[in-house]
Amino acid sequence: MLYINCPHCGMRSQNEFSYGGDASVKRPELNKEVSDQEWDDFVYNRKSLRGKHLELWQHISGCRQWIKVERDTATHEIFRTFKADEEVA
Amino acid sequence: MTQTFRIENAGLINREKKISFKFNNKSYFGYEGDTLASALIANGVHLVGRSFKYHRPRGFFGAGVDEPYAIVQLYRNGETEPNIKATEQELFEGLEAKSVNCWPSVNFDIGAINNFLKIFLPAGFYYKTFMWPKSFWYRIYEPFIRKAAGLGVASTKHDKERYEHKYEYCDLLIAGSGPSGLASAYAAAKNGAKVILAEDKPRFGGSLLTSDVNIGNQSGKDWAEGIIAELKSMPNVVVKNRSQIFGYYDHNMLVMSEKVSDHLPATKKYHPNKRLWYIRAKQVLISSGSIERPIVFGNNDTPGVMLSSAAKEYLKVYGVLVGRKPLVFTNNDSGYETAIEFKKHGVDPIVLDTRKNPESEIIDEAKNLGINVKNSYVVVAAQGYKKVKSADIASISEDKKQLGKIENLQCDCICVSGFWTPTIHLASQSGNKTKFKEEIDAFVPGQSKQNEITLGAANGVFSLDETLKTSFKAGSELSKKITENDNEIAIPNVVEKKSSQHDKFWCVPLPKGKNYKRFLDFQNDVAVSDVEIALREGYRSIEHVKRYTTLGMATDQGKTSNLNGLQLVSEIENKVVPAVGHTTFRPPYTPVSIGAIVGREVGKHSKPTRKSPMHSWHEKNNAVFVDAGVWLRPRYYKRGNENLFEASKREAKNVRTNVGVCDVTTLGKIDVKGPDAAELLNRVYTNAWLKLPVGKARYGVMLREDGIVMDDGTTTRISENHYHMTTTTAQAANVLSHLEYYLQLVWPELNVNVVSTTEQWAGAAIAGPKSRDILQKLFPNSDVSNEGLPFMGYMEGDFFGVKARIYRISFSGELAYEVNVESDYGNFMWEKIIEVGEEFNIQPYGTEALSTLRIEMGHVAGSELDGRTIPFDNALEGLVSKKKDFIGKRSLQRSAFIAEDRQRIVGVVPLDKQTSIPEGSHLVKDDKAPLPNPKLGHISASCWSVEYDNPFSLAILKDGKNMIGQKLYAMSPLKNKVIPVEIVSSHYVDPKGERVRS
Ligand SMILES: [Zn+2]
Repeated sequence: MLYINCPHCGMRSQNEFSYGGDASVKRPELNKEVSDQEWDDFVYNRKSLRGKHLELWQHISGCRQWIKVERDTATHEIFRTFKADEEVA
Repeated sequence: MTQTFRIENAGLINREKKISFKFNNKSYFGYEGDTLASALIANGVHLVGRSFKYHRPRGFFGAGVDEPYAIVQLYRNGETEPNIKATEQELFEGLEAKSVNCWPSVNFDIGAINNFLKIFLPAGFYYKTFMWPKSFWYRIYEPFIRKAAGLGVASTKHDKERYEHKYEYCDLLIAGSGPSGLASAYAAAKNGAKVILAEDKPRFGGSLLTSDVNIGNQSGKDWAEGIIAELKSMPNVVVKNRSQIFGYYDHNMLVMSEKVSDHLPATKKYHPNKRLWYIRAKQVLISSGSIERPIVFGNNDTPGVMLSSAAKEYLKVYGVLVGRKPLVFTNNDSGYETAIEFKKHGVDPIVLDTRKNPESEIIDEAKNLGINVKNSYVVVAAQGYKKVKSADIASISEDKKQLGKIENLQCDCICVSGFWTPTIHLASQSGNKTKFKEEIDAFVPGQSKQNEITLGAANGVFSLDETLKTSFKAGSELSKKITENDNEIAIPNVVEKKSSQHDKFWCVPLPKGKNYKRFLDFQNDVAVSDVEIALREGYRSIEHVKRYTTLGMATDQGKTSNLNGLQLVSEIENKVVPAVGHTTFRPPYTPVSIGAIVGREVGKHSKPTRKSPMHSWHEKNNAVFVDAGVWLRPRYYKRGNENLFEASKREAKNVRTNVGVCDVTTLGKIDVKGPDAAELLNRVYTNAWLKLPVGKARYGVMLREDGIVMDDGTTTRISENHYHMTTTTAQAANVLSHLEYYLQLVWPELNVNVVSTTEQWAGAAIAGPKSRDILQKLFPNSDVSNEGLPFMGYMEGDFFGVKARIYRISFSGELAYEVNVESDYGNFMWEKIIEVGEEFNIQPYGTEALSTLRIEMGHVAGSELDGRTIPFDNALEGLVSKKKDFIGKRSLQRSAFIAEDRQRIVGVVPLDKQTSIPEGSHLVKDDKAPLPNPKLGHISASCWSVEYDNPFSLAILKDGKNMIGQKLYAMSPLKNKVIPVEIVSSHYVDPKGERVRS
């Protein structure tokens, strides 16, 4: 079971969180013309990365905040975690 | 009965306390502190079971967790448990155990015929033979294999034992209480670290309990006792025996199974049977020791052949002789230690040493005691069927290829030592890249992936002095990093006997003309010949060899077989062992009872049960409940002998003709507050929300980004910046997360807060033509007329002194209101509504009537919003704004979503107006068409229309828009029904929606 550092609450076990997928996906702006390809990329197309992956988790049984977690998908190593509005350098 | 194999003045058992027990229905006794194995051996019982494949007689091979085959079915306190190792099961008064895998009895077993037909049962036999003909599998092969195979029987009864889970955090978790574990725990504890020390056996001390060593001028055993006593007295230390750390998972989380009650005749009141510990450790020290390795020879599975370390343990811990004429067969000095213990207790052993001329302190001591040692000698085969009677022995050439003349030697047990295998399971599970250590022909932990370190014998260090030094140091340094304390500890002086180099010999060649079975894996009956076949048939990867032969599988996980198997593969393949590699060690290290894994989450504890504040009223009024997500809701209120159908029909009918009241507390409720609340709703819902006035409710549909309907419900504008959103019962949690996602990540600029208020409000829906009459009596000071509170209107009211919210919304399609009060007043509200409603013939109605009412009206619910439908499919396209953007809108332009013949909701009536259509039935054009019969749609919900008194269903049907009036068939192969039906409008009752506005 992963041990995730919630930027709001500290180290908490994985069973307090729910997974939210790739954090690098950006929703197209509202009222903007979007091609089929762009929309498919947003809704469906994901890279199944092996290695470092920036992903979303929600601290659902804690502070309810969505956070970003930089995790290695092969080793499960977690490098850094970020608040929702933090820029990831 | 006398215990013929129990000796005086030896062992750690309590001879004051006799314990009686039964094995295979025969009564025996042992002593407190015995295991089932030690007590049986004391009574001269060596035959405990039959082997997995060949049903060969099997006895005891080890004395603890290493035991591959002394597995029994245990009976305790009216319960039965399979897969119990006799070597681990402590004796308690009244214990009963039986052999497994034998029929009709362990002494006469029909399956043993497999042994004589063994030529037909080589590796892969099952794969090859039972494949054809295919039709034989279910009828003949599978039942046969099921009867023949298996180690014990799972109980089919409800387990009345209780199991607990515990979460713990510590600085250092130490696995094993041998010399290494004790030393590192002691050093870390002295530095103030929070330490957990786990020992799987009942007694602490590991190898110190049986080895002849001296630490700090005490015996090893006394030193261990002193350390344990001191550790137990320290507040920062948790010391646990009977506790096996069986799994090492990500981020230094380990799981330990503590046997709290297995050694007792019955679990004590308020105690669990087992406790599962989830331990998050900053640092893990693995001191799991090593397991003696067998040497492979003919019939090496005969009862009476066992590890020499086990023989020593039975003697030193339990005061039990495994035989009176022991033969020790060894390639290293450990066998001599066992021989010396025999000799000291008046038994004359013979030692066969594969080495030509070894010299060491231990060997000198053995020879000085007068022990008969034969060098360059091997056991070729054990003789005897149910117990060792003698051994065929021979000298062996220096190159270990040629056997001398076979001699027969009388003996009653053969104690084998093929050197030691470090127990690296936990390290390997943690992701450690193990490495091969040439000097000990075994794998040891290498590069760590997590915060773990392996010490002592588990790390291939067999010198006590070195083990203690490295372990004290590791415990001290690792704890220093965490606590920043540095208390110096004097390392005690160690006296141990030096041993000589072992012989890298592991398998005795077959003599000419003999075809003895030489077993590698005792649990799974895998012999040398099986691995040879697998390699001959082209299996090369050790992982494939494992699966084809079953070597190293199942509960044993290769504890005694792993390395010898690798040796064999490497010899045949002409590779070195590290090039062959080892298979993955998987958790659990030892079997864990399913009950312990499940813990308290059984029965009604398997999920939370939520009850509305009116629950007790429902109970008192004969409600029959149904699970609705985590909620319990009344399904119907039973009157007299009514069944579900009769009661729900009565309740629904009463809503249509008079008035009913339904507990709707379970609906999801979310408070949406802030200056941008309207903007958020406008983006989340498909319809327009910016112009909703205060005091008005609106029905809304929300989509996922892929265009599929996520949820629906009404949202009411309570005040300028405050909205009250409702969701379906099932989607309440998902909708909240969904809103939080967009507010926190996508549109953080929106100034809105959302919070669940589901449990803050109790809700009652009052529905039916007479509902306004009741409302007027409930709120005499409010204007609830059609003008004062129109359809989709909202007001606050005074409910007998309690603040109430009144919504004029309807799910039933009738004139209806929903009244909310704070939860604590829920029951008060409910009782008042019933009391006031009496003169209008009010009746409570449950979810079944609720469904009937909404189905008749063509209102969609979870069975239509099933994660596969878009607004159009549910006839909700009128709610989809063309002007504004919203979540999921872009997806609605996908070609399949705008197809002309897109699926759509319809009503379905059976032609005979009698036969109810099972939910899930498929709609087809031709009931006689060959399979696969093209499916046009499916029945999503069915009811008995109280308006028309005939069955009515909703369906999602391809090109539903143009299918009204068509005749189709509803087919339910599950219910074996074919029903001719007519497609009608989904709005079966009041299609113009006049009633809700009346
Ligand atoms: Zn948090």
